[in-house]
Amino acid sequence: MYEHDGEQYFVMDSHIHFWDASPENWVKGQENYAKGWIECFHAYQSLAPPETHWPIEKFQKYSEEDFVKDVFEEGHVDIGVFQSTYLKEWYSDGFNTAEVNARLADKHPGKLITNGRWDPREGEAGIKQLEEDAERYGLKGVKLYTAEWRDGSRGWKLTDPEAVPFLERCQALGITNVHVHKGPTIWPLDKDAFDVSDVDHVATDFPELNFIVEHVGLPRIEDFCFMATQEPNVYAGLSVVLGGLMHSRPRFFAKVMGELLFWVGEDKMLFGSDYGIWEPKWQVEGLVEWNYPDETFSDFPAFTTESKKKILGLNAARLYGVDVPQEYRLPDEAGTPAAREDAELVEGRT
Amino acid sequence: MTDRERVLDALGTVYDPELDEPITSLEFVSSCDVTAGGDVSVRLRLPTPQCAPNFAYLMVADARTAVRRLPGVGGVTVVLEDHYTGDEINAAVGRGEGFSEAFPGETEGELDTLRSLFHRKALVARQSGLCEALLAAGATPEEVTARRVADLPDEPDARRCLELREHLGIPHHDGAPAFVLPDGEPIAAADLRRWLRMARLVRTSLEVNGGICRSLLAVRYGIPDPEEVAA
Repeated sequence: MYEHDGEQYFVMDSHIHFWDASPENWVKGQENYAKGWIECFHAYQSLAPPETHWPIEKFQKYSEEDFVKDVFEEGHVDIGVFQSTYLKEWYSDGFNTAEVNARLADKHPGKLITNGRWDPREGEAGIKQLEEDAERYGLKGVKLYTAEWRDGSRGWKLTDPEAVPFLERCQALGITNVHVHKGPTIWPLDKDAFDVSDVDHVATDFPELNFIVEHVGLPRIEDFCFMATQEPNVYAGLSVVLGGLMHSRPRFFAKVMGELLFWVGEDKMLFGSDYGIWEPKWQVEGLVEWNYPDETFSDFPAFTTESKKKILGLNAARLYGVDVPQEYRLPDEAGTPAAREDAELVEGRT
Repeated sequence: MTDRERVLDALGTVYDPELDEPITSLEFVSSCDVTAGGDVSVRLRLPTPQCAPNFAYLMVADARTAVRRLPGVGGVTVVLEDHYTGDEINAAVGRGEGFSEAFPGETEGELDTLRSLFHRKALVARQSGLCEALLAAGATPEEVTARRVADLPDEPDARRCLELREHLGIPHHDGAPAFVLPDGEPIAAADLRRWLRMARLVRTSLEVNGGICRSLLAVRYGIPDPEEVAA
């Protein structure tokens, strides 16, 4: 919970990690990838305020004590959602598995939600694993990383026929929140790896599932926004937008927030810190204090206390069925319609 | 102009296809050496080791082509450094081969479709800035959309729009409409405001990506992070 100017904000961090990228966990022969991956993440951390930067050693592997302090004690987070990321081709025990996450979650009852994962290239065995994970961890969501390497393949798409049974199983098992992260490499390499059009298709085909596009589809915000106006079950995950821009590129941040509020709307935007890339404290406090820098932004939707409460926690609580204490709720659930008619003009643009 | 300056000038015509900015102003050229005999050696660097191989390939191949086109140039070597597919890209470009030969079995074709897709985005983004400037100066939507190519100001965004139209096969003679949709049709006055709403988002997307790339490159190579540039 974060209190500021007499307002109380319920904070649900929809994107956190507890990873091990230390050299002991690097797969033999893949050290360059394992090292390059975590160093790239570490470079992203440098976009945060300097006092929150970590040395690379801590960044490779932080402790449970660090996590509890950064997320709960100082980070204002009431509930965090673990987005498991395996990357087992590069990290022997995985980068950030549901198993490790769930072990930590068990120590903090009611405060951490563990999301699972699946990969359509695993076929029947993957379905079986998903079912087991669903039961073991009580899954309400999964994180899909479409750029993950596997047996020579450099990625997959949600529209691959092999993905259909997994999405069907999610719907059947009540795993309603599908977090999608687009990464840099995917087969075939000659296509745009960040293209979000596959999310568009499955969002239509699976209306009971919510698709949370992590990092708002960066670097394809425009494709994401146009798609989100068409699909009522597509949401914007704000990690990276906050961590990567709010401090280091404040005017870009304002533009992106304005565009997201216009195209996607405050009811479909979810706070995510992407801890341990960035600590939640400065992001929560910064977002609550934030407003457009000047009048040149006047044709974007207003950013109100209500917007902040929804984005910081109430929207994610709704998706994950979290019972928010009465004092943090809004009097009513008035929504902001997205600019559907504007996107229609865009349909013929490519 | 020294030989090295001529080479750098040529490299300034090579654009990051995703950001639509020259690789020189993005500081992707980490070194450029010309021997007394005219042999050229260029090294390129990118913000992360995992930057997309397709765009990386295009910049390396385009850089080699641009330098080889210079009169009096001897051998030309362009090397991408510190990238996870650097070996594959450098070998293929050095042999004058295409992207599919750099990654056998991992592609369905060459990169022309991808390049066109990003040319279209870039055209939308650049036109939006020009249109907004006209509206801000008091022009009506009817006046803006009635403009012809000959009416465009002689400045970088406008010149780049015409280059992009050339690449995309969209007519850009003096009498052609100044502002067009990706299919070359003029933007209708009644659609201008809505088109701008979309186009501004495309421009923001390119700007933001460019900003993040600059920050990451600055961190990676210990160079000063330039000031934020946002309209």
